[in-house]
Amino acid sequence: MLITLEEEIRGELEAVAQKMGKDRANLIPMLQEVKTKHGHIPDVAMQEIADLLGIHPVEVYGVVSFYSFLNEEPQGRFVVRLCRTISCELAGRDAVARQLENDLGIAFGETSTDGYFTLEWANCLGMCDQGLALLINDRLFTAVTTDQIEGIVKECRHTFGDFASQREEVQPA
Amino acid sequence: MIATKTNRLTYPTVRPADGLNAALRMSPGGLIEVIKYSGLKGRGGAGFPTGLKWQFAAGSDSPQKYVICNADEGEPGTFKDRVILADFPELVFEGMAIAAYATGADRGMIYLRGEYVYLRPRLEAVMEEMREANRLGAGILGRAGFDFDLEVRMGAGAYVCGEETALIESLEGHRGEPRNRPPFPVDTGYQRQVTTVNNVETLAWATCILSKGADWWRGFGTEQSTGLKLFSISGDCEDPGVYELPLGVCVDELLDVCGGNGAKAVQIGGASGRCIPAIDFERGVCYEDLPTGGSVIVFGPQRDMLAVAGNFLEFFVDESCGQCTPCREGNEVLVEGVKMLEEGACSSSHLHELVSLGETMQVASKCGLGQSSPNAFLSIVRGFREEILGREPVSALDQGATDGTTESKP
Repeated sequence: MLITLEEEIRGELEAVAQKMGKDRANLIPMLQEVKTKHGHIPDVAMQEIADLLGIHPVEVYGVVSFYSFLNEEPQGRFVVRLCRTISCELAGRDAVARQLENDLGIAFGETSTDGYFTLEWANCLGMCDQGLALLINDRLFTAVTTDQIEGIVKECRHTFGDFASQREEVQPA
Repeated sequence: MIATKTNRLTYPTVRPADGLNAALRMSPGGLIEVIKYSGLKGRGGAGFPTGLKWQFAAGSDSPQKYVICNADEGEPGTFKDRVILADFPELVFEGMAIAAYATGADRGMIYLRGEYVYLRPRLEAVMEEMREANRLGAGILGRAGFDFDLEVRMGAGAYVCGEETALIESLEGHRGEPRNRPPFPVDTGYQRQVTTVNNVETLAWATCILSKGADWWRGFGTEQSTGLKLFSISGDCEDPGVYELPLGVCVDELLDVCGGNGAKAVQIGGASGRCIPAIDFERGVCYEDLPTGGSVIVFGPQRDMLAVAGNFLEFFVDESCGQCTPCREGNEVLVEGVKMLEEGACSSSHLHELVSLGETMQVASKCGLGQSSPNAFLSIVRGFREEILGREPVSALDQGATDGTTESKP
């Protein structure tokens, strides 16, 4: 049987609402569940959550658009966030940023056409003693230098698809 | 990931359950008196007396009270809460239980910033261990009627949620926009109930104070700023890390500890703090002189202070919640001003206008974020006027390399 995205998301969210309770205070945890599962928060999920919680969809959209870790648009499989705050700037941010753009072939704020990488800035990742800090999905890299970018990107590429078997761990410094 | 460097810390010397046991030997009122006597003030930066906050919360007869741990550590240059949560989470949870006992709360929440999501599994495992040891849950340590349990709630990447009323809005499922204060959360907080919001470090110290005694704590620091503080030191120094030092320590001593001697300036208090030029390095870091949440960023002689001001202002443009005009629009105008200064195109009178705008933002913004956002810029204009005026215009080609915008490719 063909299941549409709408039906799939509705089913998931009903289960989530069952578990958490239909409480406005659970709006952000619900959105975080959708994000974890789908990589972004589609319109249909916002509508569905609004129905479940008995609020206007605009309320949900307002929340999604406010937080930088909640996104409506699909992102790459790997979301690369480079810390741009002062201690990391002092630790050579601009050069690493340029090399990331060069190696990924995208600018900050963009997603690669193959859907694998999204490149974003982050504000202070709290690793100021070990700058430069880079967060890829939930994995943290510290003391990153330009020469490590190639290896880090390669490791990401090798965690999926045809090259998955050739996976090598890149040791962050 | 490498371990963060620290000096000798007090936390490992506090045995599990010591603080909580000591608390349970006292009445809630007696416990609040001990914390008040210790002089412990909020370690997140605002410095509100912790004992007083607990007293306000305890004084209400609201049926449902909450204790919230503010783990939304987002101030640029601050990472001490990360170290505490990674290495000493029990002290924090125990501190929450102590606060719950003092105020009569039975539910707790840790608002953990989204960027620290990798800490979550360990925090939840430690919570479970503490439940098994009866240090959380129902009838804690055999005390009938003292029930307290907690959960981790994740933030979603918004610096302003470190402001306690914005944090509560976020927990309630709203945009993280600060509320008007008063009423304060100790009166009208989470779900309009009495809520005590404390910083990670404050709660850990509360446990230490109960374990070691308020007089031990008063043996450190100054009259107005008693006790110890964790400093997150980064920037141009040999040994960046987390250092435990008494409050009142002067900037020079901080530089000695981290090997940052010869610095041109030190930013105390992160992006919302102040930039201190070398001439003021004998000033003390404490609530009565230079207040801080613990962020210390060292700038070596080679650094361009205007670029530093620009970095901080861009941070605020990005993180302003957009609710009030002085903060939303003011920071944009200040960023433009920094660009004009960088290009050597800012007249003295325009600089006066920018300073005046900054001062207006300090009084007219709604919350602490907006009120403190122009601090770094204003202190850099004050301390480094000669350095920022009359610059050589930068050619368009070099700009990409110096202003941090890497979108334009050659």
